[in-house]
Amino acid sequence: MSQEKYFVMETFNNPSVSPLDFASSPINRALTAEQKIEYYRQMSRIRRFEQGSLKQYNMGKMGGFLHLYIGQESIAVGCASLMGEHDHMITAYRCHAHALAVGMNMNECMAELFGKTTGCSKGKGGSMHFFAPDKNFWGGHGIVAGQTPLGLGLGYGLKYNGQKGSALCFMGDGAVNQGAFHESLNIAGLFNIPVVYIIENNGYSMGTSQKRSSAYKDCLAQRADGYDIDWDLVNGEDFYELRAKVNIAMERAHEQSRPTVLEIQTYRYYGHSVADANHKKYRSPEEIEDYKKNHDPINLWKQRLISEGILTEESAKEIDRSAKQETDASVVFADESPAPTIEDVTDDVYWESDNNTEASKIGRHFFND
Amino acid sequence: MREIEYRDALNEAFDEELARDENVVIMGEEVAQYNGAYKVTKGLWEKWGDKRVVDTPISEAGFIGMGIGASMLGIRPVMELMFWSFHSVAFDQLVNNAACVRYMSGGLINVPIVMRGPANGGTNVGATHCHTPEGLFAAFPGLKVCSPATPSDAKGLMKAAIRDNDPVYVMENTLLYGNKGHVPDPSEGDHVVPLGKADIKREGSDISLIAHGRSVLHCLEAAETLQSEHGINAEVVDLRSIRPLDQEAIIKSVKKTNRAVLVDESKPFCGVSAQITTLIQEHAFDYLDAPIKRVCTIDAPAIYSKHIEDEQLPNARRIIEKVLTIA
Repeated sequence: MSQEKYFVMETFNNPSVSPLDFASSPINRALTAEQKIEYYRQMSRIRRFEQGSLKQYNMGKMGGFLHLYIGQESIAVGCASLMGEHDHMITAYRCHAHALAVGMNMNECMAELFGKTTGCSKGKGGSMHFFAPDKNFWGGHGIVAGQTPLGLGLGYGLKYNGQKGSALCFMGDGAVNQGAFHESLNIAGLFNIPVVYIIENNGYSMGTSQKRSSAYKDCLAQRADGYDIDWDLVNGEDFYELRAKVNIAMERAHEQSRPTVLEIQTYRYYGHSVADANHKKYRSPEEIEDYKKNHDPINLWKQRLISEGILTEESAKEIDRSAKQETDASVVFADESPAPTIEDVTDDVYWESDNNTEASKIGRHFFND
Repeated sequence: MREIEYRDALNEAFDEELARDENVVIMGEEVAQYNGAYKVTKGLWEKWGDKRVVDTPISEAGFIGMGIGASMLGIRPVMELMFWSFHSVAFDQLVNNAACVRYMSGGLINVPIVMRGPANGGTNVGATHCHTPEGLFAAFPGLKVCSPATPSDAKGLMKAAIRDNDPVYVMENTLLYGNKGHVPDPSEGDHVVPLGKADIKREGSDISLIAHGRSVLHCLEAAETLQSEHGINAEVVDLRSIRPLDQEAIIKSVKKTNRAVLVDESKPFCGVSAQITTLIQEHAFDYLDAPIKRVCTIDAPAIYSKHIEDEQLPNARRIIEKVLTIA
């Protein structure tokens, strides 16, 4: 393992050691003040959106699960900030942030949570299943690691089409123990697929800590060695580091059509989902407070921008206020939107039926009365 | 009249579709350099090369999921399961990602894949290699399933499946691969058999034998004996496609003959024939002169012993015996 990787592992959770400064890497040096502030704005929007959705969930406005990303915002925003025309994104069920980061709007996302026809999936997907193919965002998938072969396929498709791109396939630390992920890694390495597997390691697969769920030597990403795939560890609370290292992986995909596994260390403040009532039992309240106080990625980015002289506390507050207003407006939009009708249930099952093709008129496709 | 084997009819379908659409890719275990475990893809790799005909590792969840992901970007993978029985290790990909992504995205995505391979008993390979999951997959809205019995239908249905913009699961049969039959010469035009259209393989007036896959051949054999030895003129309805299903052809035949025996290599519990039974009672109840009867695979895991496996499966003798109970 490189010295740098060891260094990152040692500095994570250890504020007394100052991290390597990735601000000077070319991909970060190229950033304008406006771009940096925009990333702050996006992170704030994601947090406000999710805080708003939690409030609405508790008011009974939506059903099902709500897996909050709060505490992890730097990852989705940092990765989306690097995407070009042929870079694609796919993730698991903790997907609200990725959706907003690629440019989906709060209205369609909140309306989807509310199960309304104006939702991004017309109320047919819900919290775990947001999609925006026009923004290269392919979901939103509910089964742990089920999306990892799909991410491989996006990379395969790019390569097949001769496009210089990458597929960013996100997953939680619990997903590394699923067979589908390992099958995907083998094929990615074997076929030289331009996919970047990004393990968002928040330390817990639902209520089971990493130590209780995974066998590993130094870290989870190291498993990529067995497939001859490059890998790296990333401190998710350092926005510059995150961008620099994800960019290296994406360039490896673009230039060499080779996969990468990145393990980004992060933390979630809430439970696995809102229904996770035990999340203060399998970890201490002090641990959660420490992350909020000392490791919050949005606050750290804000402080960084203040120290660079491009953001003030007042302007940050204004950005936050505006994110909250946008969230509030999305709640009104979702509330006022119509619910699906029973006739809508059988739409969007078959492409041929939806498009009323000749093929769709032959034989019985649905078996209702 | 040109006669070719079922496997060669499939091969011809792949070859023609590879030529027609540059997004079609053949994928699977041993499909390329080995020429296919059952030689269905013989010669295609040599002709079309690495990009279009791809050997995958033995990783069904991995490569099928990969094909589904690639199809979201417009690739049209035609993926072989060496046996359909191996679906179980890729089940999440087959029923969640292939069948539900369109729905969960509110219609933004479609998955134009073909999954294919043999699904049959009768080769003494034990229970793990004998599953016939056509009813299982047809139970998932979003999927389409077909099961050709003849070389002509094999080619025509495969071409329709490849051109369809939804996921289509084609269930073939190792015991049919070597069967010869008439398949129109390519020079006579594009031979496509639409999904959802049954075929009357034998006209009859006394009873409807309704089947799909290899069971159709058993029905045809039984029909000849029924005619010659019992004076019963049986009609044989080959469903060809399970979902979409040609309900009209089924009901029309039953209304004509007033009796039905459903022959189905899947197990009786909630099999394809169970679904057809309910459709007949719902739509042709008043036309029935006898209860609907079924000949399915005897309800147990597939037995290995060559001395008895054929008796566990539907066969002409069992069909005749069943017919004689109601006709």
